[in-house]
Amino acid sequence: MRLSQSIRSLFGVFGFVLALGLVAPASAQAPVNPTASSVREEQLLNALKPGSAAEIGGRISIPDQKASTLIRPAGREWREFHQGTMHLVGAVAVLGMLALLVIFYATRGRIAISTGRSNQTITRFGAFDRFVHWTTAGCFIVLALTGLNITFGKALLIPIFGEATFAAMTQLGKYAHNYLAFPFMIGLALMFLIWVKDNIPSKLDIDWFMQGGGLIGKGHPKAKRFNAGQKMVFWSVILGGAALSLSGWYLLFPYTAGGVLNLQFWNIVHGVVGMVLIGAMLAHAYIGSIGMEGAFDAMGSGEVDLNWAKEHHALWVEDEMKKGVMPAAARLQAAE
Amino acid sequence: MARMKFLCDADRCIECNACVTACKNENEVPWGINRRRVVTINDGKPGERSISMACMHCTDAPCAAVCPVDCFYTTVDKVVLHSKDLCIGCGYCFYACPFGAPQYPKVGNFGSRGKMDKCTFCAGGPEADLSPAEFQKYGSNRLAEGKLPLCAEMCSTKALLAGDGDIIAKIYKERVVKRGYGSGAWGWKTAYKETIAI
Repeated sequence: MRLSQSIRSLFGVFGFVLALGLVAPASAQAPVNPTASSVREEQLLNALKPGSAAEIGGRISIPDQKASTLIRPAGREWREFHQGTMHLVGAVAVLGMLALLVIFYATRGRIAISTGRSNQTITRFGAFDRFVHWTTAGCFIVLALTGLNITFGKALLIPIFGEATFAAMTQLGKYAHNYLAFPFMIGLALMFLIWVKDNIPSKLDIDWFMQGGGLIGKGHPKAKRFNAGQKMVFWSVILGGAALSLSGWYLLFPYTAGGVLNLQFWNIVHGVVGMVLIGAMLAHAYIGSIGMEGAFDAMGSGEVDLNWAKEHHALWVEDEMKKGVMPAAARLQAAE
Repeated sequence: MARMKFLCDADRCIECNACVTACKNENEVPWGINRRRVVTINDGKPGERSISMACMHCTDAPCAAVCPVDCFYTTVDKVVLHSKDLCIGCGYCFYACPFGAPQYPKVGNFGSRGKMDKCTFCAGGPEADLSPAEFQKYGSNRLAEGKLPLCAEMCSTKALLAGDGDIIAKIYKERVVKRGYGSGAWGWKTAYKETIAI
């Protein structure tokens, strides 16, 4: 009984398989569409969310695994930024600041020492302070010029110098930018260490802002070693410089950044912060030289006029006097 | 004049990587650089596809737009080439390229980039056609010899097509009509802002 049943079911299976086999060739003649179930570019492109890990990639059998990305449309946004926003930010920061300074100079003029120069000077910055300042400043000037060159040189300088000369110049500029980044970073760290204690924001800074910092109006708000404006310069250099250092580090060592999308991001940070800081430093350089009588001495000889010091840093002078620092007789100065 | 393009028929590509090898050999590409590569998408899953990809010689090429020293130029055949004499190795073209084509030999200090290298559509560079200097910097100039890029010429399944955009689009269309399917011209939308309507 059982045996015949199982034999019958076995025949049943055979019969089914046979039937399938007969039907199969017929179905093979119908068109097969392998792409119906295959991966398609359009569906992959549509699935890309803008801003996220915007890449289509797969597996690759060559050793360079970075090459496994097939299409990366995110470069378009970076291109738009680099060719549009970046130029705008740079032009506004640099030309805008220059325009502001010209207007300021035309209306306010050179800020004079209102009591005139005294015959005495007081030490404002020692040799090491000035060395750190000028190391950082010198590097920054070259870094800024080479940075501006790589952004605007193509439009502004190629018509003047021609392609070959400009490319050679820019190649040197790239090396200068890469190498001077290191003394700049060291200078930045030293500046932070030697000046941070005098740059902690305090109540005096609010008064300074309330009185327009002496820039607007005629008053001279009292200040310790650094007034609120100088503190702003300090912190924009420290924080901006830190952002430039970090982003620049990734750009300099591209394999540490973790992919080209991160490099695009760090490039944007580097460009924007760089341009804004160039604008800020233009203002700093202006007020430290032609914008104010007696101000350059602080970073020049390090010895500032006592009257200048009393006007701009009254509380600092008091502190110095208390410490027993005596003003020295002024060296003969060329008439201005 | 022709408008040179690449087209990879993903339904024919068998991921043999012969195009990659042929390119390296023909152009004597530096160690560590692959001007062409084959990427397999959805590997091991039903419907996986392999696509051979290199510089697509884009219309309105992003690399050329962002280059700070303007080292790129487009030939009469619309092939995007560059001058290694002008290139400063800044990496911007690599940031902007949607196909990951620009690569740099590691030279000198840091991870410092050397002169950029990429697919030339086997069309050499700005030096005199077929000169030793051209070969040394850019590799072969098959276009000057009246030949098409070697990667496509020797493709065993004729998946990779290179040539005038209209002609290769026509070949691809005919294939799709005859066999009844096709997964599209990969990269065309991104590179040429158009695709092949079937």
